Amino acid sequence: MKTGIYPGCSLTGSARDYNESVFAIAEAFGLEFIQIPDWNCCGATAAHNLNKELSLALPARILAIAEKNGLDEIIVPCAACYSRLVVTQHELKKDPELKNRICEVIEMDYRGTSVILNVIEWIDKYIVPKLEEKIVKPFNYKVACYYGCLLVRPNKILNYDRVEDPQTLDVVMSKLGATAIDYPYKTECCGAGLSISRTDIVSKLSGKIIEDAEHRGADAIVVACPMCHSNLDMRRPDINKYWDTEFKIPVIFVTQAIGLAIGLSPQKVGLRRHFVEVKIS
Amino acid sequence: MSDFEPKVVAFVCNWCTYAGADLTGTSRIKYASNVKIIRFPCTGRIDFMLLLKAFANGADGIIVSGCHPNDCHYTSGNFHAKRRWIMFKELMDFMGVDMNRVTFSWVSAAEGAKWADVVNTTVTKIRELGPYVSYKELVNKSVEEEVKND
Amino acid sequence: MARIGVFICHCGENISATVDCGKVAETIGKLKHVAYSTEYKYMCSDPGQTLIKDAIKEHKLTGVVVSACSPRMHEPTFRKACAEAGLNPFLCEMANLREHCSWVHEKNELTTQKAIDIVRTQVEKVKLNSALQPIKVPVTKTAMVIGGGIAGIQAALDIANTGHKVVMIERSPSIGGHMSQLSETFPTLDCSQCILTPRMVEVAQHPNITLYTYAEVESVEGFIGNFKVKIRKKAKSLDEKICTGCGLCTTKCPQKKIPNEFEQGMGMRPAIYVPFPQAVPNRPVIDKEHCTYYIKGKCKICEVVCPTKAIRFDQPDEILDLEIGAIVVATGFDIKHADFFPEYGYGKYKDIIDGLQFERMASASGPTSGEIRRPSDGQVPKNIVFIACAGSRDPAKGIAYCSKICCMYTAKHAMLYKHKVHEGRAHVFYMDIRSGGKNYDEFVRRAIEEDHVNYIRGRVSTVFERDGKLIVKGVDTLLGAQPVEIVADMVVLATAGVANAGAEDLAQKLHVSYDQHKFFAEAHPKLKPVETNTAGIFLAGACQNPKDIPDAVSQASGSAVKVAALFSQDMLTREPLVAVVNRYAPPMYSTCVGCFLCQSVCPYQAIEREEFKNREGKVVKTVAKINEGLCQGCGTCVALCRSKSIDLLGYSNNQVHAEVMALLNEY
Repeated sequence: MKTGIYPGCSLTGSARDYNESVFAIAEAFGLEFIQIPDWNCCGATAAHNLNKELSLALPARILAIAEKNGLDEIIVPCAACYSRLVVTQHELKKDPELKNRICEVIEMDYRGTSVILNVIEWIDKYIVPKLEEKIVKPFNYKVACYYGCLLVRPNKILNYDRVEDPQTLDVVMSKLGATAIDYPYKTECCGAGLSISRTDIVSKLSGKIIEDAEHRGADAIVVACPMCHSNLDMRRPDINKYWDTEFKIPVIFVTQAIGLAIGLSPQKVGLRRHFVEVKIS
Repeated sequence: MSDFEPKVVAFVCNWCTYAGADLTGTSRIKYASNVKIIRFPCTGRIDFMLLLKAFANGADGIIVSGCHPNDCHYTSGNFHAKRRWIMFKELMDFMGVDMNRVTFSWVSAAEGAKWADVVNTTVTKIRELGPYVSYKELVNKSVEEEVKND
Repeated sequence: MARIGVFICHCGENISATVDCGKVAETIGKLKHVAYSTEYKYMCSDPGQTLIKDAIKEHKLTGVVVSACSPRMHEPTFRKACAEAGLNPFLCEMANLREHCSWVHEKNELTTQKAIDIVRTQVEKVKLNSALQPIKVPVTKTAMVIGGGIAGIQAALDIANTGHKVVMIERSPSIGGHMSQLSETFPTLDCSQCILTPRMVEVAQHPNITLYTYAEVESVEGFIGNFKVKIRKKAKSLDEKICTGCGLCTTKCPQKKIPNEFEQGMGMRPAIYVPFPQAVPNRPVIDKEHCTYYIKGKCKICEVVCPTKAIRFDQPDEILDLEIGAIVVATGFDIKHADFFPEYGYGKYKDIIDGLQFERMASASGPTSGEIRRPSDGQVPKNIVFIACAGSRDPAKGIAYCSKICCMYTAKHAMLYKHKVHEGRAHVFYMDIRSGGKNYDEFVRRAIEEDHVNYIRGRVSTVFERDGKLIVKGVDTLLGAQPVEIVADMVVLATAGVANAGAEDLAQKLHVSYDQHKFFAEAHPKLKPVETNTAGIFLAGACQNPKDIPDAVSQASGSAVKVAALFSQDMLTREPLVAVVNRYAPPMYSTCVGCFLCQSVCPYQAIEREEFKNREGKVVKTVAKINEGLCQGCGTCVALCRSKSIDLLGYSNNQVHAEVMALLNEY
């Protein structure tokens, strides 16, 4: 079994903290990945709004390269990339004619044999079985697990977790010793792709997500998506200005929480890169 | 081969699939006109030798369809049909008859759209497979040889 | 020599729009043995039938093929017409040009060619048809009604009042069904119990009705007029003849913490219980699953306190064998509960309740004595939200249909709330208001205009709890899809009506069809709404699809009339499409070798042994013989017979062979 990793644009840019924590815990658990060579953009939120073929061809090329390199599994930490890759695999599986056309476009053979895992599936499969023995500092905090829009959607294709009130992150966090609060904003919109063009909307929407988590007494918001993280964390000054308040709750990646629980240093899991100071550790 | 219009015969039971095909009509769902339906009281009534007769006389594909398991109007006819079908298919496969040309399915009286789907899928498949001449030729040849030997 | 007449119907334009009927008639007219071929606009009309009758006489026809709609629609019509013209009705066949050709194909050459092939096939078949005589079977004039809700009660009373015997089977300890749980009924707001309980008592006291509560159908065999039904009377652990219904045992039972089904889990009941005060019969049963004695082997307090010593712990289930002539299925429906809705918290919020729970709350005999109170803290809600179409009309939830009753009962609920909590505010989120029915729309208008219920057209995306209140997030589509957020004290979901648990199981026992939602299927959506595909079994009420009380009652009366019509005959005529084992002169007698494999596959035990004896009285051959009273004509034995000694009348080996040949061979 050879496992590949598709970092996408975020993990090498705005979400280096996420990337560092994924690699840090992988190393701690003795897991190895091969980065997919010559990877390209997944098309993100833009491509499928403009051109369906393009939005399928971009991920198809990534998957085809993975197949060529004999990768049976691909882990995709970014929820947006994950969604694009899975949707592409589904669309091409269901329509062989379309698949042939896309193969012509990317000038490569694509069979759709690689299994695509998001970060929680990866954690469930490889980390959770060995987690208990590795925990040295139980993560004794109240956390609000925020899934965002893409991790569990579209449910019909992913068939993964419950689309409303998902549970997988909550389960992983409680295994770390955390208390996952009943949190109704789990899948509310954070503003997503408007992060750059309309910070006012992001401030309004992300502000509600943060406010409810603080109101319910959470010590941290846990995420598994670089886009969610940047909206909730990097945009915090804008959010605080918009709501005229001082939200202080930190936003951490699930992989960072695991890293801290198994005794890795805050530095090692990238906590120093956050905008909102993370006082827990 | 582009103008090849396959001849497909459908052997269906009166209570589920025939009624389902009626519902396809009532719902005005369109499907390929290559399929012609023969009504049986129950799939349990279908003598599978008739399938071979059909192939020998020019059928390119065949559909056998009845009630879903447990829904048979006569309690168990569809189970007997299914059992017989499994035996028949194995045997014919072994003898070299192309069993890809037979679709065995369950279509209930409420599944009008499914009937159209079964027909269209079968016709598309048979169109790809082309006319079924080998069986006809084989049967006719053996008849000729018998005549010669006499 | 065969002289076949072929009659091509245009069905208005239903057939002629895509099939060239003239060409079909002309082509078929040239076939060998076709003595007459014609076309007409409506064959099923009076002039159309006369045309057939005249042609039979004029051309001395020996067989008729009516090429029109599905035989499932009009075969009886045309066979009757043939009989009136002196032709044996079984010499008439139908070619299905409408459902199987004109409606499903485009107008072109191929479609007309297919029509010709279909007609040709039937011509070849009808040449081999033989004149058959209908079979007479006796009718057992006792009906069985399955389910004791309002539909079952109405059907039972109507049948019983025609003078026939009725057996009513009810799964729970009391009849009454969902209607007995309701507080008031729309559109008149009269009390549900007040109008229902007299009818429940009537059922119990009617000399023609035998009532079995706490009983279920075990198996059903036989056919119209002659069903053989096994009933399982579950042990009530009680001698009903001795019990006076004093209720002392129910008050002394130490096990008191069982969620009360009748109160939709909002109250508790003991292990020995009467479901509700007006229950019929008003006798307790012991719930073995929760009874301390059955679980731990000791207690028996009820036995000690019973003044008449009526408790029987060792009572076994009883199996009854009944002879039944007709069956009315009235098993009702169920609703989805709050735990079905992830967006409304999967049932984790106590103050989100379903419609039936609200009914119990609003009912004077309910757990709150008719006061509207939050289940969580008993406070009177100041702000209440009703969500219509919770689950219904939502393909994502697998329920694409409209549950029909919710619009009306939601208006009723909002109204009842306003009548009880004058200063409270009621909001209704709805998709459309479907209030077709006598005085129905007026009722909804009253809720809006007189009781000032705030109707908001839009869906609710989520409900969650915050600081003890329920936050309802929705949208108002009449205000340009503006988001709406209501801070409510209580939320009532008008959840989808669904088929009862066990509906599929029962349908399979009865051999009636059901749809993908497990609702029982009627024989025809418009013209046979109370019949099922199985003769002698009828439908009443919400087991067919969700319906309100007036609809359920009308349908129940409809099915009662069908039963009464059936029972008005002493003998039934059955189609003679049965299997026969061939017979020849001695010494052959039959090609049957007497293996009796057919016996093992026959679902109706219709295959008997016949012995042939020589002059000395010695048995020389034993062969199979079909009991035509029992044979239903499935033909499983025919396909199985190794010596090809069995054939099926109407679907004989020769006939189906001729059909296949006609379809495939060019002429």
